[in-house]
Amino acid sequence: MSRSFKKGPYIDERLLKRVNELNEKKEKKVLKTYKRASMISPEFVGHTIAIHNGKKFIPVFITENMVGHRLGEFSPTRTFRAHSGDRKEGKVTAS
Amino acid sequence: MARIAGVDLPKNKKIEIALTYIFGIGVTSSAKILTESGVDPLIRVKDLKDDDVEKIRKVIEKDYKVEGALKAEVSENIKRLKEIQCYRGIRHIKGLPVRGQRTRTNARTRKGPSKGSVALKKKAPKK
Repeated sequence: MSRSFKKGPYIDERLLKRVNELNEKKEKKVLKTYKRASMISPEFVGHTIAIHNGKKFIPVFITENMVGHRLGEFSPTRTFRAHSGDRKEGKVTAS
Repeated sequence: MARIAGVDLPKNKKIEIALTYIFGIGVTSSAKILTESGVDPLIRVKDLKDDDVEKIRKVIEKDYKVEGALKAEVSENIKRLKEIQCYRGIRHIKGLPVRGQRTRTNARTRKGPSKGSVALKKKAPKK
């Protein structure tokens, strides 16, 4: 079921606070976060956020197109390294 | 011959069904279009009057995105997903199911016809 509109989008408050602080200081810093479920709000645009994928933090540069998606969508949690048979043509996934 | 949005409507079908031959119009929107334009949904396409066709065409042009424009919008959306490299975009690039379906078996619509294990073994030594 989709989220109630009454509540508004889920944007992690502490993460948003950290981004706003950077915006005020006009600074760019890589922010590490575990909040994969948090929606990307327009304030995030132009920042690089390192999103945990369960193992390490994947740095993602946020662009305008990404607003409204969730952070976790940009930090894949699974690696697929081709089947044994198609080693020659198999492109190893980038991540 | 009734031609709406660049599609020829089948002559011998009821107009409520015939409209669904247009990409972007299903049974529900077809019914809505016909109530709005005031055309009897049970009439056959060949019996339609020219001004009826004109009325239907006007409603569709006013409120609906169909055929080329709709197809363009869909592929635009998919392109956006691919560009931002989000999970759904990656699934589109790889040609795998996008909405979390299983891929251990099935998923043949996205993956294409099955490559049997025999065919793969034959192909491998050649290369």
